[in-house]
Amino acid sequence: MADPRARRSPLAGWAPQLQALNGAIRAQELPFLTQLNLRLDSGGPAADPVAKVLGVSLPTVPCTSVGSGVYEVLWLGPDEWLILAPAGSAPELMIALREAIGSEHAAVTDVSAQRTTVQLSGPGARELLAKGCAIDLHPAASPEGSCVQTLLAQTGIIIVVRDGTATDFLLLVRSSFAEYFAAWLVDASVELTEPA
Amino acid sequence: MTRVAAGGRIDRNTELAFTFDGKAYRGYAGDTLASALLANGVHQVATSICYGRPRGIMAAGVEDANALVQIETPFPEPMLTATTVELYDGLVARGLQGQGRLADLPDQARYDAMHEHCDVLVVGAGPSGLMSALTAARAGARVVLLDDQPELGGSLLASRNQLAEWVSAVTSELNSLATVRVLRRTTAFGYYDDGFVLALEKRTDHLGAAAPPAAARQRIWRIRARQVILATGAHERPVVFADNDRPGIMLAGAGRAYLNRYGVLGGNRVVVFTTNDSAYTAALDLADAGAAVTVVDARTEIPQHPAAECARRGVALKAGHVVTGTSGNGRVTGAHIAPYADGKAGARQGIGCDLLLVSGGWNPTVHLFSQARGKLRYDESLGAFVPGSSVKAVRVAGSAAGVFTLSGCLSGAADAAVAALQELGLSSAPPALPSLDAEPETTPGLVLWAVPDKGDESGPCRRFVDFQRDSTVADILRATGAGLTSVEHVKRYTTIGTAHDQGKTSGMIASGIMAEALSTDKHQVEVASLGTTTFRPPYASVAFAALAGRDRGEIFDPVRVTEIHPWHLEHGAVFENVGQWKRPRYYPQRSAAGSIEDIDTAVLRECRTTRESVGMMDGSTLGKINVQGSDAGEFLDRLYTNLMSTLKPGFIRYGAMCGMDGMIIDDGTVARVSDTEFVLTTTTGNAAMILDWMEEFAQTEWPELRVNLTSVTEQWVTIALVGPRSRDVLASVAAELDLSNEAFGFMTWRDASVAGIEARICRISFSGELAYELNVNAWDGLALWEALIEAGKPYGITPYGTETMHVLRAEKGYPIIGQDTDGTVTPQDLGMGWVVSKKKLDFIGKRSFSRAENQRPDRKQLVGLLPVDRTVLLDEGAQVLATADLSQLPVPMLGHVTSSYRSAALDGTFALALVRAGRERIGQRLHAWQDGELVSVTVTDPVLYDKEGARRDG
Repeated sequence: MADPRARRSPLAGWAPQLQALNGAIRAQELPFLTQLNLRLDSGGPAADPVAKVLGVSLPTVPCTSVGSGVYEVLWLGPDEWLILAPAGSAPELMIALREAIGSEHAAVTDVSAQRTTVQLSGPGARELLAKGCAIDLHPAASPEGSCVQTLLAQTGIIIVVRDGTATDFLLLVRSSFAEYFAAWLVDASVELTEPA
Repeated sequence: MTRVAAGGRIDRNTELAFTFDGKAYRGYAGDTLASALLANGVHQVATSICYGRPRGIMAAGVEDANALVQIETPFPEPMLTATTVELYDGLVARGLQGQGRLADLPDQARYDAMHEHCDVLVVGAGPSGLMSALTAARAGARVVLLDDQPELGGSLLASRNQLAEWVSAVTSELNSLATVRVLRRTTAFGYYDDGFVLALEKRTDHLGAAAPPAAARQRIWRIRARQVILATGAHERPVVFADNDRPGIMLAGAGRAYLNRYGVLGGNRVVVFTTNDSAYTAALDLADAGAAVTVVDARTEIPQHPAAECARRGVALKAGHVVTGTSGNGRVTGAHIAPYADGKAGARQGIGCDLLLVSGGWNPTVHLFSQARGKLRYDESLGAFVPGSSVKAVRVAGSAAGVFTLSGCLSGAADAAVAALQELGLSSAPPALPSLDAEPETTPGLVLWAVPDKGDESGPCRRFVDFQRDSTVADILRATGAGLTSVEHVKRYTTIGTAHDQGKTSGMIASGIMAEALSTDKHQVEVASLGTTTFRPPYASVAFAALAGRDRGEIFDPVRVTEIHPWHLEHGAVFENVGQWKRPRYYPQRSAAGSIEDIDTAVLRECRTTRESVGMMDGSTLGKINVQGSDAGEFLDRLYTNLMSTLKPGFIRYGAMCGMDGMIIDDGTVARVSDTEFVLTTTTGNAAMILDWMEEFAQTEWPELRVNLTSVTEQWVTIALVGPRSRDVLASVAAELDLSNEAFGFMTWRDASVAGIEARICRISFSGELAYELNVNAWDGLALWEALIEAGKPYGITPYGTETMHVLRAEKGYPIIGQDTDGTVTPQDLGMGWVVSKKKLDFIGKRSFSRAENQRPDRKQLVGLLPVDRTVLLDEGAQVLATADLSQLPVPMLGHVTSSYRSAALDGTFALALVRAGRERIGQRLHAWQDGELVSVTVTDPVLYDKEGARRDG
């Protein structure tokens, strides 16, 4: 029988290099998070029951996310959200959400392994992202809770802004692009982590 | 030595050693290569490209058309202007004749890019730019101020410390503000839509070999500004006369800049030839520095103030005179001056000189404004184009707007900033303007493009317009004489304005000379109506290395990999690129002696092992789309050619999709998970396209259908376990699952634990063999792969790559969409009429099937080809001919080979081909044309192996 600990996250091979970044930039994969894609009419009858399950209403302001303490709900489109949840909670949460939705038109899809999540923090985080991302991540333009789907260099990426000083971000990247993403990140940080 | 004893902005305590044209020199920190050369008395720095004439330094900035140099050390770089190269210790350079050479070594320097956003972007940090930036910064706006020089101040740097304290105070204030980013050594080179400006920052070029290796040498700034203020200044315009290209002839403003900024007196006996007031400041400054100066002014009336200042210093003044030509052997030794009236020059006389400064007026630097779609207006008094329309969110300030008094520049720049802030909703109190000495009233200049020349233009005297292109007045006259009346045509005919400087000193003059040439007694052609050539980005040369930035080497393009990739690497897989994916192509084995299998041997081995025992492949790159909703079945019925809504949960169906033209665009399998949920697969390369295609129909054509689509390509790792022993291998790791044909039939799926991992197992086959496709959460993919490899050992399991997959499927006649099809092939052409529903009312492509063209019996159809000599491998793409008789041209061609392989199972080579009326030709002998020879082939059914399907169930 395979050992469940044999699970391998997309950036397992990059952990040492990410760890070696320090000072202005800290980067760390948050592996195996539960991620569910939710499609739903936010004005429909299933919205409230879903909010009860999540402990928070689905955000309807474009490019925002809300957290309930347990779940982080990312707005991806007018009828689409990505729910981040603790590792291992996908089966129960899927069932709970589908029960809440009942026969309403919706879709809940487990996409936990579709993307991996990287926490990027530190005083150099915004400058590092600015090397490859056209979005204005200045706190004045992207306050805490902002959530954008954009490009970082040549890979699609979701960015969640986690504080009001642009020093803490969650980055979600498609698993097959994760190594490119990590290689880009490490390369981009050269000037930010070495003494000038 | 021509360095003056004191003054200038150079650091005389920091001496720098450099080499030019093989000779060692010394300069100071703060010098440019040009100023250091002049300080060492070197005026000739280059040679002209066509005529080999000696050329010198004509400007003090980016507009120089002459002084091209090749940098050799620290890293070879061609065609930089000596006027824009900051001097550093150890610099080795040489003058060029037009072209330089690229390094033949890889450039080890880093280049990168940075996105930046701001409320107000100010381009240029002269007095206007500083005033605008200060006004915006004090209002709390996010400001980016950029300037191409190493220090702020712009034109003030060329003055005798005018407003120096103010510049220094403003610089400190701007630097101290977190909301302001000041970029020095940065040139905005392109204005694109909606306040998007690209700029190049030269970050470590000036450090030479001392540049820290981790720091990006140059950086492209991608700036998105809500408001833009262009304070880009103006370029001085020369006047054209005979032999105007000698070293020692330069723009008047440049002569002044070299003196005041760099402490270099360019000559001791100076002639200043001007048509306007501005050159007098240069004349007076040089006279004060000890030069003997003569001013030659084309105007007959000299304004009182400069005339008086000249008289006070003993500067000779020749009003109503022009310079008609020069003498010299290399560097200028004399100016020919002559009275000038009614557009004609009189008898000439010579004045000895070692420096000839020229000013024909100033051209506002309107490049970025023009790129922003701003319209230009010809100002007759300036003889130049100025901004002539308003552009949303763009303002022009200072001399770029045609304002040439310092007080006018400062107040106009503050106004521009206030207006920009107003649009941003920011209130502002403009800072107080610095106090200025009273400026003398300016008098209009005379617009003079070229001094008439009685000489023979083809002789040794030439009146140069574009120095870098060696283009002359005669070239323009030849163009207009040939009937060209458009500035764009004349530009291309004469090449004026096409060099590195893009005509900064020559474009306006060329328009002026053209207008005069095209005018007749009866018809006056106005410069205004001729216009200028288009100002295209880049404003100044940008190295491709900078544009490439960090998109090189490992991160040139994303490499997509599956979770099993580390295993593939470890086991010596040879990869192929499928889109951005790296897929194992085959796994060569290493013999004990260390030799490595070639592709043919490896693939034959992989095929044989798989057909005879068991093989496995990483199929994770297949596109996977989850479809949910009560109308999911109906939705899929409309997209696929066959019926999907009748599929029962637990079952799988092969499906084909066509475009609206009835041509096949993709194929794959559809598994029904529940009444309201399906999972479908797409070909690897089409995953994104098919999801877009489906979304488009869901959102725009059939919004009434209750269906949602979610990509799950990377959620699942997919492993194909293939071959007659695949059941045995699977049984050993999935003990709870009944794998009998009765319990787990072909085209069904089951969820089960495989080696302790939750898996969805699909009984589908792309090889004709008994096969299972195992799908697991991607995190578990590598563990499952390793477990299967282990479990397969008793059966001699082999991993196989895309090449073996291709052979196995081709032996069964299964087409690959995109390889055996090209967007002109219907399912019927592929012999797959069975996949096209006759029952369904409608689906995408259905109506096109009834088109006459789609019904033709002689359409190209997929067939097999067996070379008569079964050792000959046909080329994919080889043409298929009906006849071996090549005497009748053109030889009728029937189609082409789409796939071709060596087969272990068929004991020889075989191919698939699209052949006109192919199915009717089965059994016929045709010919393939390759490598200049005919290869005889026999047409067969595309299914060449296990036609009866006996192997499917093991």
